[in-house]
Amino acid sequence: MTAVIFYISAATATVATAMVISSRNAVHALLHLIVSLLAIAVIFTLYGAPFAAALEVIVYAGAIMVLMIFVIMMLNQGDAAVDQEKAWLAPKNWYGPALLTAILLVQLLLLIFSGAEESAQRIHYIGPTEVGIALFSHYILAVELASMLLLAGLVGAFHLARHKRIETSEAPDAD
Amino acid sequence: MTVPIWITLLNIFGILAAAVLLAALLTWGERRLLGLWQDRPGPNRVGPFGLLQVVADMIKLFFKEDFVPRFADVPVFILAPAVVMATMLLSFAVLPISPTIGVIDLNIGLLFILAMSSMAVYSVILGGYASNNKYALLGGLRAAAQTVSYEVFMGLSLMGVVMLSGSFNLREIVSAQQDGWYLLPQFIGFVVFFIAGIAESHRLPFDLPEAEHELTAGFHTEYSGMKFGIFFVGEYLSVILISALITTLFLGGWLGPWLPPLVWFSLKTAFLVLLFILLRAALPRPRYDQLMQFGWKVMLPLSLLNLLVTAGALLWIG
Repeated sequence: MTAVIFYISAATATVATAMVISSRNAVHALLHLIVSLLAIAVIFTLYGAPFAAALEVIVYAGAIMVLMIFVIMMLNQGDAAVDQEKAWLAPKNWYGPALLTAILLVQLLLLIFSGAEESAQRIHYIGPTEVGIALFSHYILAVELASMLLLAGLVGAFHLARHKRIETSEAPDAD
Repeated sequence: MTVPIWITLLNIFGILAAAVLLAALLTWGERRLLGLWQDRPGPNRVGPFGLLQVVADMIKLFFKEDFVPRFADVPVFILAPAVVMATMLLSFAVLPISPTIGVIDLNIGLLFILAMSSMAVYSVILGGYASNNKYALLGGLRAAAQTVSYEVFMGLSLMGVVMLSGSFNLREIVSAQQDGWYLLPQFIGFVVFFIAGIAESHRLPFDLPEAEHELTAGFHTEYSGMKFGIFFVGEYLSVILISALITTLFLGGWLGPWLPPLVWFSLKTAFLVLLFILLRAALPRPRYDQLMQFGWKVMLPLSLLNLLVTAGALLWIG
């Protein structure tokens, strides 16, 4: 049962990701990316990490993708962008990436068949508590670094979006 | 965990049918209540008390032309209303309605509902995008900004409850309220969640994505027939969902003396739905920038403060 669900969601993720690359319309590509993320969330749940799955849906599929769609809608390029994308997806542009991914695929297959298949059967449940403990003990340095990075980003965004005090009557409501 | 299969099926289809029917009925209930508060009868012609108004509306919507504008992005245009319905109904699956009623007892139930509500944003955004219409696009943009920002406080305001009960499981959260509802210790969380809930379900006074005085109908300007109906029912579904969630998290869920659990749960939820409608009748709409400023400058600090105080108090008690 688990295997069947795994293969279905893995196939969904693969097909959706292929569609992300080959889709001409940016919004359609993002929708396929969301489907791919959801399929991966299903796999996470299947193998005992429902917390990671929920976070994947909330953060990646829910928040980051919304922001991307938001930006694309704001730019609203329409048909011109589709034509441009069509030109970029000409067959001759596929050779290089296809070669590189083929090398990766060969590596992956070699790894799989070289017998590195230990402990694939045991499903180990990881709940919110375990994730929290791991984050704030073993990975505390990474968490702190990420928080600094985010703070820098926040300060930067605040600086960019700061109101220049212009002496006009139409100031946004005082607070 | 040896529940007979027919009870599980009864749970699934019962909750599904009840949620959709109540959402449809709420369209009538809201109009009647608004009428009451505005000193007019409201819809009272079809059936007893106008109760069959829902049926009449539904027949009308089904027989309208299912119009898809030729400039629309057709697959996305059709997908958009389906998303809101699917995500809202999926959220009802983890709601514990009484000790025996409820579809699934998920360990991360609360996160699941948050995930579903963050997926529900797509319905509005995609509807606005796919309509290829200026009003719809503006409505979609507003919806995206509003929902993404209010989702932040929505999640943060719930973390106090999670800290107190020590679980994301909605059933355990309800059981943890045996000694007292979380309404009192988490009052700030309750207020923030309630306001964020209104913003999430795009209800008046926070219905800027579909403000009819400036955006025609916002993101669903181009929608007609049952596609519009689905958006409409989806909105009421989310009102019921938010009310039921507040009941579960802050008002002790099914807990209560004398009456059976199901009745308590329904009473509390109905009271909150009533509050939602009363707010619509009572409050004017803020301006869009006021809405965003209120969110980031009042709600976010409040919910962070609530988080800090709750964590500190828990540590103090030990």
